[in-house]
Amino acid sequence: MTTVIDVEGVSKQFKIHHERNQSLKERLLHPRSGSTEVFDALTDINFRVSTNETVGILGHNGSGKSTLLKCICGVLQPTSGEIRLRGNLAALLELGAGFQTELSGRDNVYLYGAMLGFSKKMVDAIFDDIVAFSEIEHFIDTQVKFYSSGMYVRLAFAVAVNVNPDILVVDEVLAVGDERFQAKCIDRIRTFQEEGRSILLVTHQADQVRALCDRAIVLDGGRMVANGPVQESLRIFREHLLEDAVELDRTGVQVDITIDSVTTPSGSFDVRSGAGMNFDVNITAHSAYSGYFMMEVFTRSGLLVSRSDAQGSPVNLMPGPNSVGVDLPQIPLLDGVYDVNVGIVDHHGTVIAWRERAASIQVTYNGREGGIVELGASIRQQ
Amino acid sequence: MNDASTAGFQRGSLDDAPVRVVSARANLRTRLTNLWARRELLSSLVFSDIRIKYKGSALGIFWSMLAPALTLGIYDLVFSVILKNGIPNFALYLFSGLVVWNLFQTAINMATGVIVDRAGLVKKVSFPREILALANVGAAVVYFSIQLVVLSLFLVILGHAPAWNYLWILPFSFVALYLLTASIAIVMSAITVYLRDMRHLMEVVLQLWFWMSPVVYSYEKTIAGPLHAHGLAWAYFLNPVTLIIMTFQRVFYVQTTVVSTVANGGIINILPKWPMATYFYLNVSLVALMVVIFLLALMIFGRLEGNFESEL
Repeated sequence: MTTVIDVEGVSKQFKIHHERNQSLKERLLHPRSGSTEVFDALTDINFRVSTNETVGILGHNGSGKSTLLKCICGVLQPTSGEIRLRGNLAALLELGAGFQTELSGRDNVYLYGAMLGFSKKMVDAIFDDIVAFSEIEHFIDTQVKFYSSGMYVRLAFAVAVNVNPDILVVDEVLAVGDERFQAKCIDRIRTFQEEGRSILLVTHQADQVRALCDRAIVLDGGRMVANGPVQESLRIFREHLLEDAVELDRTGVQVDITIDSVTTPSGSFDVRSGAGMNFDVNITAHSAYSGYFMMEVFTRSGLLVSRSDAQGSPVNLMPGPNSVGVDLPQIPLLDGVYDVNVGIVDHHGTVIAWRERAASIQVTYNGREGGIVELGASIRQQ
Repeated sequence: MNDASTAGFQRGSLDDAPVRVVSARANLRTRLTNLWARRELLSSLVFSDIRIKYKGSALGIFWSMLAPALTLGIYDLVFSVILKNGIPNFALYLFSGLVVWNLFQTAINMATGVIVDRAGLVKKVSFPREILALANVGAAVVYFSIQLVVLSLFLVILGHAPAWNYLWILPFSFVALYLLTASIAIVMSAITVYLRDMRHLMEVVLQLWFWMSPVVYSYEKTIAGPLHAHGLAWAYFLNPVTLIIMTFQRVFYVQTTVVSTVANGGIINILPKWPMATYFYLNVSLVALMVVIFLLALMIFGRLEGNFESEL
């Protein structure tokens, strides 16, 4: 294990001009006009990433995650602190940012490769793979300006992943292309993981972090508020989202709801596959609130098994302790431990209260099917 | 879906891979190392710039010669035929100076707005930003080389031998010219991010600069006398382009003193009658000065690039 990214005491400040004096006349006539405000985008960030590690960076809009990423990629210089990098880094920041639309796909592959820091010889060696991966063989000698947006992004992604970087930085770009291409990208990321490369994945999608990352860092208001196991970081991420949601509550009414615990009448969360179970969610509300109950079930490896309909189960909470009963008539899950997240959302689907891993259901299964769900298929020859 | 692309790839240990540091301010040495490390990007950018410029045009890169050729023709007509300045082979004199001036002007005009124009790239991809300005200078050097070839053909056609014994000084002049152009290009590209007027200002400044350089007139023939009388001759040579142009003229135009084609065959001085050693020492000193200026330009750029993000 070698440290490939070492972020040490990194802070970044931006100067925000309230009046932009970009013409010489303005500057000469009003040298002091227009106030300048200093904005702390990042404050004292410290973390390390080793080989063979996939780290997620979570944060909502404006939390500083893109700024941090740009610092790591060297697009921005931190105001203080430093970042040490070992090995080649390829960043999927904004796909195709380096493309020259007047040039052909072929020329752009070489130009983009050069921008990522790879020599012509190295790009020569992987050129066919890039073209194959991007699936635009017929158009590789066409000017990029005639490409569809999908082709454009696929070509850029293909270059970045095929140059075999030691560190791959991915910024919310996995949403590109159709589902099949997305699957291909995820597949390539998994190959990278198997090869022991380091991946830094920036997203605000908790599912992606759960599915791909070994560890997650949470940023909030430019500060690092968590750096640890995915489950733990996700809990903190959700909590910070909630704090902000309270601040931004449109009605101005402070909604203070806590999910205290999840209990079962029997006191046990062990269940046989195929059997039913019910549990109670104990909620304390400080004022009356009408919202919707929501539940997620995950496997231990972070795969989402089920998410309930966000608008499906209205609940009316009274001030004081409340109890919401959840009845699962039949659990078709196979052997394993499943984590349950529960929460209250408003009619926009915004989370009002959330409890990550509120309960863990232990399912025992005696049958012979493999996977997550028992389908109970019956096979007959005709 | 498992492509074969990773099959031929061997991963060495990263333990002994070089460490790159991103910090508040890169020192000059790091800047130079980074520039050198990305020289391949520089050449890619130079050639993609040229290719984009002439994409889809039938004459392609020959357009880069058409404008200078027209300038040459017009100046020759105006100064030699109409105004009868009396300089024999004036087209040749003009051409020797224009190749230098064209490189200087084209590069600076292109580079002044380059960082603003390529903001999308600057904000998204990591590379030493001064490479964008240097790529413009590189493209101008390519056009310069083409014009130099044409100038050589010109010499052959006219049967005019260059000053072979002075030819070896030319590389020094060229290096000085390159460093001077690159320094101005780098600094201007950064300043324009903060003051968008620079593009227009630079066009005016360059026009003024052109007339302060001995391209279409001869310094010795016209203003040397009056300036000497007031003891101001040194001021004319503060313009570093002057020496470079004079060296090119000395090599390609050759004659320092000629017999006038008008005014009943009087003798006129065209170029300074310096011995070879003076040309050499002046050019070498200029190179040394330009090296310092270039490093200074990189430092200024380094200070200015920190706030590009919030200005672009």
